[in-house]
Amino acid sequence: MRLSGGLIDRGQTLKFRWNDTWLKGHAGDTLASALVANDVKLVGRSFKYHRPRGIFSAGAEEPNALVQLRKGAAQEPNTRATVAELYEGLTATSQNHRGSLAWDLMSANDLLSPFLSAGFYYKTFMWPRAFWEKIYEPVIRASAGLGSLSGKADPDLYDHGYLHCDLLVIGAGPAGLTAARTAAQSGLRVIIADEDFLPGGRLNSETYEVDGQDGPGWAAATASELQGMDNVRLMTRTTVYGSFDSGVYGALERMTDHLADSGSKPRQVLWRIYAKRALLAAGATERSIAFGNNDRPGLMLSGAVRTYANRFAASPGQRVAVFTNNDDGWRTAQDLTAKGVTIAALIDTRADAPDSDDFRVYKGRAVADTKGRRGLKSITLENGTQVECDALAIAGGWSPNVHLTCHHRGRPVWREDIAAFVPGTDLPPGMSVAGAANGAMTLAAALKSGHEAARTIASDLGHAARGTLPQASDEQFAITPFWHVKSSKARAWVDLQNDVTTKDIKQSHTEGFRAVEHLKRYTTLGMATDQGKTSNVLGLAIMAEASGKSIPETGTTIFRPPYTPVPIGALAGRARGKDFRPFRLTPSHKWAKENGADFVETGMWLRAQWFKRPGEKGWRDSVDREVEMTRSGVGICDVTTLGKIDIQGRDAAEFLNRIYANPFAKVPVGKVRYGLMLREDGVCYDDGTTARLSENHFVMTTTTANAVTVFRNMEFARQCLWPDLDVHLISTTDGWAQFAVAGPKSRALLQKVVDIDLSNEAFPFMACGECKAFGTPARLFRISFSGELAYEIAVPARYGDSMIRALMQAGEEFDAVPYGTEALGVMRIEKGHAAGNELTGQTTAHQLGMGKMVSLKKDAIGTVLSQRPEMIRDDDLRLVGFKPVDKGAKLDAGAHFLTKGDPEDMAHDQGWMTSVAYSPELGHSIGLGYLKRGADRMGEVVRAYDPVRGKDTAVEVCSAHHIDPEGERQRG
Amino acid sequence: MLINHPLLGPRDAAEFVVKGDAALIGRPDGMTASPQEMHDYAYLRDNPAGTHRELWYHEQGDRSWLVVTRDTLTHEVLDVALARDVARAEGRSR
Amino acid sequence: MRYSAWQILKEGLTGNKGWKPVWREPEPKAEYDIVIIGGGGHGLSTAYYLAKEFGVTNVAVVEKGWLGSGNIGRNTTIIRSNYLLEGNQPFYEHSLKLWEGLEQDFNYNAMVSQRGILNLIHSDPQRDAFARRANAMRLSGADAELLDREGIAKMCPFLDFDNARFPIQGALWQPRGGTVRHDAVAWGYARGADERGVDILQNCEVTGIDIEGGRAVGVQTSRGSIRAKKIAMCVAGSSSRVAAMAGMRLPIESHVLQAFVSEGLKPVIPGVITFGAGHFYVSQSDKGGLVFGGDIDGYNTYAQRGNLPVVEDVCEGGMAIMPMIGRARLLRMWGGIMDMSMDGSPFITKTDTPGLYFNGGWCYGGFKATPASGFCYAHLLAKDEPHEVATAFRLDRFMRGAPIDEKGQGAQPNLH
Repeated sequence: MRLSGGLIDRGQTLKFRWNDTWLKGHAGDTLASALVANDVKLVGRSFKYHRPRGIFSAGAEEPNALVQLRKGAAQEPNTRATVAELYEGLTATSQNHRGSLAWDLMSANDLLSPFLSAGFYYKTFMWPRAFWEKIYEPVIRASAGLGSLSGKADPDLYDHGYLHCDLLVIGAGPAGLTAARTAAQSGLRVIIADEDFLPGGRLNSETYEVDGQDGPGWAAATASELQGMDNVRLMTRTTVYGSFDSGVYGALERMTDHLADSGSKPRQVLWRIYAKRALLAAGATERSIAFGNNDRPGLMLSGAVRTYANRFAASPGQRVAVFTNNDDGWRTAQDLTAKGVTIAALIDTRADAPDSDDFRVYKGRAVADTKGRRGLKSITLENGTQVECDALAIAGGWSPNVHLTCHHRGRPVWREDIAAFVPGTDLPPGMSVAGAANGAMTLAAALKSGHEAARTIASDLGHAARGTLPQASDEQFAITPFWHVKSSKARAWVDLQNDVTTKDIKQSHTEGFRAVEHLKRYTTLGMATDQGKTSNVLGLAIMAEASGKSIPETGTTIFRPPYTPVPIGALAGRARGKDFRPFRLTPSHKWAKENGADFVETGMWLRAQWFKRPGEKGWRDSVDREVEMTRSGVGICDVTTLGKIDIQGRDAAEFLNRIYANPFAKVPVGKVRYGLMLREDGVCYDDGTTARLSENHFVMTTTTANAVTVFRNMEFARQCLWPDLDVHLISTTDGWAQFAVAGPKSRALLQKVVDIDLSNEAFPFMACGECKAFGTPARLFRISFSGELAYEIAVPARYGDSMIRALMQAGEEFDAVPYGTEALGVMRIEKGHAAGNELTGQTTAHQLGMGKMVSLKKDAIGTVLSQRPEMIRDDDLRLVGFKPVDKGAKLDAGAHFLTKGDPEDMAHDQGWMTSVAYSPELGHSIGLGYLKRGADRMGEVVRAYDPVRGKDTAVEVCSAHHIDPEGERQRG
Repeated sequence: MLINHPLLGPRDAAEFVVKGDAALIGRPDGMTASPQEMHDYAYLRDNPAGTHRELWYHEQGDRSWLVVTRDTLTHEVLDVALARDVARAEGRSR
Repeated sequence: MRYSAWQILKEGLTGNKGWKPVWREPEPKAEYDIVIIGGGGHGLSTAYYLAKEFGVTNVAVVEKGWLGSGNIGRNTTIIRSNYLLEGNQPFYEHSLKLWEGLEQDFNYNAMVSQRGILNLIHSDPQRDAFARRANAMRLSGADAELLDREGIAKMCPFLDFDNARFPIQGALWQPRGGTVRHDAVAWGYARGADERGVDILQNCEVTGIDIEGGRAVGVQTSRGSIRAKKIAMCVAGSSSRVAAMAGMRLPIESHVLQAFVSEGLKPVIPGVITFGAGHFYVSQSDKGGLVFGGDIDGYNTYAQRGNLPVVEDVCEGGMAIMPMIGRARLLRMWGGIMDMSMDGSPFITKTDTPGLYFNGGWCYGGFKATPASGFCYAHLLAKDEPHEVATAFRLDRFMRGAPIDEKGQGAQPNLH
């Protein structure tokens, strides 16, 4: 029913669709207030019993009125109608029912409720065993859950942002607004955030005056004053959802949720706020009282009734009854009366409650039961008196919103005088609490605590405290705890959403689930989307009663982030789709793209895996050609992604000697050496080549995969282990473009490019030097991964694109071919070089056949532990080569080796195939792999057993060096 | 979590990579250490609940290794120093 | 009291007034044959199997809080046996088999739900590694399949196949993987152990381990001193703290693993999906919440809570691989303290102190191990010999040079 007044804009009428009906509301309405104004009572179904439910609150604590908002890919499940702002054309549907909302087939569960008590599912569905998987569980699953995802990609954008301030004020109610103003006037940089779209908090729901102004007017004026200050950022529609370490707060700002269409703007922004201090002024949440059938549509928290009446000019009923255990219920009756709504009765559990001329008061009485399946019709008091009414306001007392104070696992403490938990002393560092959140339950007290908290913080931060305390009359607040109506025969709900009743809590106690966490987990109390905001304290009180203990003795539950649920899309921000992680592009990327390259992700890098030419049918055609043309002529490959580390200093050689397992102290200037790196635990970690350009200058290459970690570990060794060595490191992976030029014609090609003599005598295998390439300073290394006569040439990265183009042009006369990672892989497997598939971080030098390289005459990382007995066993795995007995057979990496005649089980496992390739030169598939005692088994035929792909291939053990085992080509 | 970098001021912990116990600075000399000593160095940790000295590396920053003294029960950062200075103070030299 | 549909019916018709306590609340005795320190999943299952399989019932489980308050109550409930290495695979397969018969075994429905686990593959090297793993699983008698894109799309059409930064190339699929209602596991084991005479002592914190003549002989607790012939540490997350009471230093660091659950949703995700390349895994609970997680935060902690960078990182992974979840809301986040061991694998072992035993180092994989861990620990405690599937889980494996390093990261616990 729409009333007069309120803070809605009656000039703006908004049409919205609720299930199949078009309704009207106004700007300033929430979906819930518009539904209340339109007399919609039934809005949803409960989780377990599918009980009809109505709107219960006016805020984020809502347990009942969860709806699906919007349509199609933008469909949003479980949205609280109480916080969804109305916009033109809004579409909302009810959820969690089969058939219509009014005639939910699943409501049969309600009739079965005696058999569905707490934990019933742990005790049944076990027989017959096969039924669980096939029948019981699928049925349970199908009925679980609330709303639905669309199954389509979220169409909206989300942003992340970072803010810094002296003081973050959480909540823009009376305490928060006052605190923010006082702090700002004292010179602090202030951020004040509130989840509502209208600042003011309870001031907008009540009929108080502040400084002679009406409450909403004062709130608006104060907010506008704050907005005008340079050192204040007032953020509405912003929920501070979590407190993290070092004064970091997470906040979610809803940018376009109140609009029909977000356009191209981000829907929400996730802020990380770095605050020197924070003041929690998040107010309090009202709680219910448990009595028979206290869950019907038409039952609403008393404070919410006032919010709808005063702020939204809407009443949940025409004849409203009030059930209270404290003074707050009286305000509801008085405010409604003032608005012309009939108060059917006020039932106060306190025998000493006052009288009223305006309505009937039952003192020392309680409501025992209610009637009305899809909307309240009447209530019945303990003494049998029946009161006709279509709404019941319930005032069970207020629980301070201590949630954020618990995010560092702080424990709230019980305050008997207000029958509520207030923040304890173990708050997150830098946080203080003001207003109702701290147990200041009246307006004047809230204003004062906000003002004083801000002054204290200002002085703590070295500012002279300024500002004045707003004046308000101090209303009465007295409560006599009253938790549940014991005489009620019918079920009495505690957690509305999860359908936890007082009986469930008592049963939980009987069965021994008495610790608060047991209670929660066994009954699911407080585990629903509202995190038990209206039910936790009530449940605790009933458990306390059952165990004959006080509430603080029984315990408290702490709250975990987030304060209210946060969309996963917002937490992810822009990092999705192709933007999930950045791309690293090689210097020749543009050129490769122009030349038919097909790219592959290797870590963050995109590398050309092959260059397709017209007429080639599949990737194998391209790769075979690239290998053949390289081995017979010359091929060029971008190897920039290999990690490059520049090492300089008087002790550079000594440093490297301690980093590599093999000797490095005496590498001659102008030479490159292969290096094997161990972790401190003696396992092979990385390998690569390091060139000595001058006495005190080395250039190291690492594998692509380990570029970052090798550098990190070397910095560790340099700074922490041997700080006195004169050595400096720079990662130059991105600084230099590097190309492998391989094949018998590589010398001829490069001799056209560089200004130094490349004859075998002047620049032999493993030589290195600085030179000029096309007049550009360059570095040349005579190293070979392919096994051919080969070089790697490096130029500053900015010349990379020009370099590849120039190299290809210079190579035209030699029919030079670019090759990608696949051909690179084929050639290294042909040569038996270990790569990522072999260097798994689990292999020893011994297994790689490099055991003898590990020098025991020096102290290098990993040497000592590499000699542990299990790591140098003679019968250990050994890297060897494999070829199929049937030359037409294709090998597969991941197959396990079995000795012929052995059973197929783990006990007889002999190792596995690490890498395979088709060798165009040999004309058959080849492999590398680890085989137990592999070096001693040359020529043996073993099974490459691959059950997961249904294969079992006979393979012959051979040298890992499938091609040119003596290495003559690379020295030629 | 914020780490008050001795050279750069407060930086978000996300810029760092953590290696663990700062006792890893005290690597035994491989030429004289017994396998047991090297094992204890590489594998065993005090892992205290409370004050913990640990190594953080400013990977997304200036590449300093830091010794951060931090409470593992509260995450409060009590002290931050350059690991190189700590290592020198602990007598690490050639 | 035996649980069954009949019992529910009978109680339902008589007002649910006849339910009995699931466990006793006994006073500590002066001495036990075995004292198990830690009333979490592993401690309770150890007690259960000691009583049921090995006839050892003079046992106490001492728990500093409420039973099941450790990581059994704060994990993401996944069970699987998709391990690679010889030291691990048979153990986890043994565990999976125990899960499969658990409900009948302890007459408690822990909702073992074998809807399968999918490990996505994004590159050739990853495919090679998963093929090796799948074949190792087959060799150990476990189930494993390799799926191609079409096979995955049939099962999970909502994954991002078209616009992904790391396109999906295939998957390792273990149909017998799945999820279990985690708290019920603790309760079921506790009930079964209690029924057989085991004393579960809640709110009983161990403050010291008594060693006399080089032998462990008892524990000091907040409820008095208790003597025991054998003392079994079983406190993953707090292992270093408890072991320190016996003068031990462990190859373990404590780290926080965060976990997340969304609001309840109608069924949308078929089984468990892991996106290793994006540090994200997810399943959907029987109640409809998406239960998901990713990497550990990476710093030593005992604080049972993490920080935003990892929260965001996990959600990024989720959105990258299944962009439909953007409008689902994260309801709760929490952290559990992990015993991160030096090779990522656990310990079920004797110690150098006679009478003192150690079970720990479970990293973030302890939940799925709960039945086998208890079974094998009970075997070790009862017979003083390791169970055949747990022979590798010894503390001296690092000294011998035989780590069980599934990820190949070495002695760097936060990388396992």
